[in-house]
Amino acid sequence: MRVSRSELWAGRVLLLAMMAFTILPFISIFTTALHPSGTVPGGLEWPAHPQWGNFVEAFKVAQMPKLLLSSTFIVLAVVPVSLVISTMAGFAIGLLRIPGSAVLLFLFVFGLTLPFPGIIIPIYFLERAMGIYNTRFAIVLPLIGLYMPFAVFWMRAHFVNMPSEITEAARVDGATTWDLFRHIHVPLARAPIASLGILMSVWTWNQFLIALVLVEDPTKRTMAGALGAFQGHYATDIPLLCAGTILILIPTLVVFVLFQRQIITALLQGSVKG
Amino acid sequence: MVTSEDHPVALATSRRTRLQRVRRETLSGWLFVLPALIMYAVFVLAPLLLTILYSFYRWDGIGPMKWVGLKNYATVFEVPDLLGTIFNAFRLVLWFSFVPVGLGLVVSSVIHRMAAGRFGAIARTVVFLPQVIPLVAAGIIWGWLLALPGLINQILKALGLGAFTRAWLGDFDWALPAVGLIGVWVLLGFCTVLLSTGMTKIDKSLYEAARIDGASWLREFIGITIPLLKYEVGVCLTVTVTAALAAFDIVYVATAGGPGNSTAVPGIQVYILAFTQRAVGLASALAVMLMILVVAVILPIQRLTRESAK
Repeated sequence: MRVSRSELWAGRVLLLAMMAFTILPFISIFTTALHPSGTVPGGLEWPAHPQWGNFVEAFKVAQMPKLLLSSTFIVLAVVPVSLVISTMAGFAIGLLRIPGSAVLLFLFVFGLTLPFPGIIIPIYFLERAMGIYNTRFAIVLPLIGLYMPFAVFWMRAHFVNMPSEITEAARVDGATTWDLFRHIHVPLARAPIASLGILMSVWTWNQFLIALVLVEDPTKRTMAGALGAFQGHYATDIPLLCAGTILILIPTLVVFVLFQRQIITALLQGSVKG
Repeated sequence: MVTSEDHPVALATSRRTRLQRVRRETLSGWLFVLPALIMYAVFVLAPLLLTILYSFYRWDGIGPMKWVGLKNYATVFEVPDLLGTIFNAFRLVLWFSFVPVGLGLVVSSVIHRMAAGRFGAIARTVVFLPQVIPLVAAGIIWGWLLALPGLINQILKALGLGAFTRAWLGDFDWALPAVGLIGVWVLLGFCTVLLSTGMTKIDKSLYEAARIDGASWLREFIGITIPLLKYEVGVCLTVTVTAALAAFDIVYVATAGGPGNSTAVPGIQVYILAFTQRAVGLASALAVMLMILVVAVILPIQRLTRESAK
């Protein structure tokens, strides 16, 4: 290796600077959250008397238990259903290659680049007409639909590469299409299904616009949607706002630390395939 | 390839039952697609068509709809504040896309050349962190950092640049770059990790040969890394350009489009027009233009990316 010493140090300094750029904002809201409620502290100043009670206060006013339950409910309603129906569709398009597969694939791929704000207006009126506006289903149902382009595309990419010998052997044994799906191909697709599940859970938890437009009651929203409402109420009380933000971030950060490898891999694969 | 027709068992079945089987399979195959297709059709395709339909009407969301043809589109082009959102979106691309991709290339190549071990792995994970938190949280955190008493101004003061301090997000000239900086923070890690992964796939002997010749980091970077990472760069551009053009969460939380209209992007303007000003038709016209814009910008990038993948 002929990496000169000065170059090595320049590189290290750059990496440290980038890490500081990423981390300092978190540290800043943490120290701010410890200042007395209602004050306007400086960016990184450690308080003389850390107010740990701010977290308790934010926990109460943000109604954290309700928010956690609401977000968990939404994730549990969106992700399993999306996984099942997108796996089935990916199986039919990628492996059964039913007549019309090419058209179906094109139809789903078409939805990949659609920006959210483009379709939110009719969804609002649609949900008012359906009577689900301001319920959790107002978030759940459109999210399932919105995930379909990516999810079907993702699962199809798996099934299209499965060797046909597996399918034929099972057919010879008299397996029906359902047997083939349920007992042979779903177990083989565990890895892509798991990655897709991780991706959709993170996306759902962080969903904002759809919650903002379709659900007025913050306790019926996703975490991100509730955080938006919290900011609206406490924008002037910086320490409390920072404490609330940290509380709302904790579940995400814990999950990230535990599953960082899977999450990073899934997010990268997701973008490469998308 | 072995098809079922070649198999003795399949040959033994009569033609008619095979035909029936094919028909039954087609039917059951479509049943497999149906749930996904219905959800997609009801909550994406139908709203898409309705957005286009609304864009030809004047409608307050409650009363009768009035057909106005292309007038809403003409309005978008005539009103500077509306057309301005599209220019703002392109200015955001500069920040959300070019800066993270450029900086990501530099950072990941530094990791690759000088910190392949544990330090590099930690650096990658750390810079990736903002990618998993809600964009709303990123907006709130930076809203505070960029405020008058916030960290950014404190750092400037500590560096003796006190003259430059300002309320960044409330400044007509600086609000958009400040919002852009939030985008850099969120997207840099994603680009770095993706490009880093791409770099590990490049043949090591290329770098070794270059190092034996005593090539500097810069020559390695320009001569080997960039040309061989076209595909990954394309993916980064697709993701970040879409994030910029269709931005909503960060802008809504950090500035809500202000001050004035200096950070208003199409997503924000669509929301304001449709849900606070009740100009549903006009909002829909802008939404349609946003969708066309995204496709028009992303498709060429995708095409280039796919080509370089071959």
